[in-house]
Amino acid sequence: MEINQTNRNQQRATKLYKKRSALEDVWRQLRRNKGAIIGLILIVVIILVAILSPILLDYDKDVIGQHIKQRLKPPSADHWFGTDELGRDIFSRVIYGARYSLAVGVVAVFVALAIGITLGAAAGYIGGKFENVVMRICDIFSSIPSVLMAIAVVSALGKSTFNLMLAVGIASTAPFIRVARAAVLVVHDEEYVEAARAIGMPDWKIIWVHILPNCLSQIIVQATLRVGSAIIAAAQLSFLGLGVPAPAPEWGSMLSAGRQYIRDYSYMTLFPGLAIMLTVLSLNMLGDGIRDALDPKLKR
Amino acid sequence: MYRYILKRLLMLIPVLLGVAFLIFAIMDVAAGDPVYSVAGADATPEQIEALREKMGLNGSLIERYIRYIGNLLKGDLGTSYISKLDVMKVYLQRLPNTLKLATLTMIVAVGMAIPLGITAAVHQNSIRDTTSMVLALIGLSMPNFWLGLLLILFFSLKLGWFPTGGSEGFRSIVLPAITVGTSLAALLTRTTRSSMLDVLRQDYLRTARAKGVSERNVIQKHALRNALIPIITIFGVQFSNVLGGSVLAETVFAWPGVGRLVVDAIDQRDIPTVTGALVMTTMLVTIVNLLVDLVYAFVDPRIKAQYTK
Repeated sequence: MEINQTNRNQQRATKLYKKRSALEDVWRQLRRNKGAIIGLILIVVIILVAILSPILLDYDKDVIGQHIKQRLKPPSADHWFGTDELGRDIFSRVIYGARYSLAVGVVAVFVALAIGITLGAAAGYIGGKFENVVMRICDIFSSIPSVLMAIAVVSALGKSTFNLMLAVGIASTAPFIRVARAAVLVVHDEEYVEAARAIGMPDWKIIWVHILPNCLSQIIVQATLRVGSAIIAAAQLSFLGLGVPAPAPEWGSMLSAGRQYIRDYSYMTLFPGLAIMLTVLSLNMLGDGIRDALDPKLKR
Repeated sequence: MYRYILKRLLMLIPVLLGVAFLIFAIMDVAAGDPVYSVAGADATPEQIEALREKMGLNGSLIERYIRYIGNLLKGDLGTSYISKLDVMKVYLQRLPNTLKLATLTMIVAVGMAIPLGITAAVHQNSIRDTTSMVLALIGLSMPNFWLGLLLILFFSLKLGWFPTGGSEGFRSIVLPAITVGTSLAALLTRTTRSSMLDVLRQDYLRTARAKGVSERNVIQKHALRNALIPIITIFGVQFSNVLGGSVLAETVFAWPGVGRLVVDAIDQRDIPTVTGALVMTTMLVTIVNLLVDLVYAFVDPRIKAQYTK
């Protein structure tokens, strides 16, 4: 009777053990972290707002349409965040602006990921002179303050949303090269990599199939945290007049416009800034949570 | 130790040449052909060629780059297209303002971060820890130019304590320094906390306590000194971000530093000024990073020992 019970418990334990994938493990860890869950909920809401804004708002009328009679109205029931110097509803512009900021942040990080991981993984795997050259290029990139680098790239390519993404992406590449290289170096001499080499697997496939999945956690953490800084960098460039061209409702350029009216109409600078902060805050909270869940050693 | 310094200095040369080339190449794409805009619409082809040679724009990219480096070694960054002034002279005029701002920024950041980080670590998982970490997270998530605008709104326009901009006296540097320093402080607070938590678990602290050393001395003399090493590293790496951040703060507060020089020059498509200022600023960052690495090697006897053998 007792033996049966023990067997059953063992079977149940094995079943449970098998059922839980790595992803489930991460999710269980993440669920326990209140900050990460608040961040996750906030960022999901912001993404939904960004996706739904073209359905909820008429871009030509509500977002960029000028209503001179309504100019510089303080927050009220009709205009929750007030109106700007051209009579445009700031609430609608902030809502629609989420599309630009999130798109720029995410695409910029993808650009940085694509360049950074390719170069970093290749440098770590191939080693020798190639690694030296890549790492020196990485040193060169990290020596230039990223804002100045992005400013230089935008001024070279011209002002446009795509160029802004590219500039911010290029300026954020160096950390990804370092993370990918370091991660590859850790697993480079593991037996399973040697085994793959022994059976004649091509190098690119070994990197893609065997090495990169093992460094995925560090890359995900870096990427989540970098989206936030990319959003800030993009807003900075727009604030300087080098980002998304007018009249698009980009948060940085809204702040730049509001700055001239700060004395009497401070709400114009308050809400776009809050939107940037809330978005970046939620990404940072989620990023910290993912980092702790993926790598408990880093948890403090 | 001298060999280490020499090795690091030699390693600096290719990086600096690379940085100069990268900026030079980017700006070359940006420039288009500035000769036409300087020469005017009715210039003859001969005049244009003569002007091209005078502006140093003849030859391939590599030829021009080698010429640029040659001039740079003589301290010549070229002449501004707009003001016709010597770029090096203008840069050196602006640099002290940026360095002043950077120094005060670092002081503000350390002044906020070290006490907050230590308090958070010593009282781990308490309300003080949570408050410090929430403040740090907000500081990291706040765009610094927006913080600058909020500071202007409250401390300049509402309370009248500080000027809204300009560079007259100490009072005008306080708000820009807080603006740039807040995000650095946030990062340093997190690093200080985690570094202190590492050290607080070490056996030698238990030994110090067992010997009857007061708690204050345990924290200040035994824990903080050891926790400082990663903090110094972050501090050095962040110098580059402080200079980057000061571009925005200088714009918001009309502070006449290098950052504003670059932004204004980009607006006017004044390529020699942009290239010169970027190359010089990057060199400054690289040299500061090297100095920080040397301090780091000096502070940590383990690193020093590796090179003094």
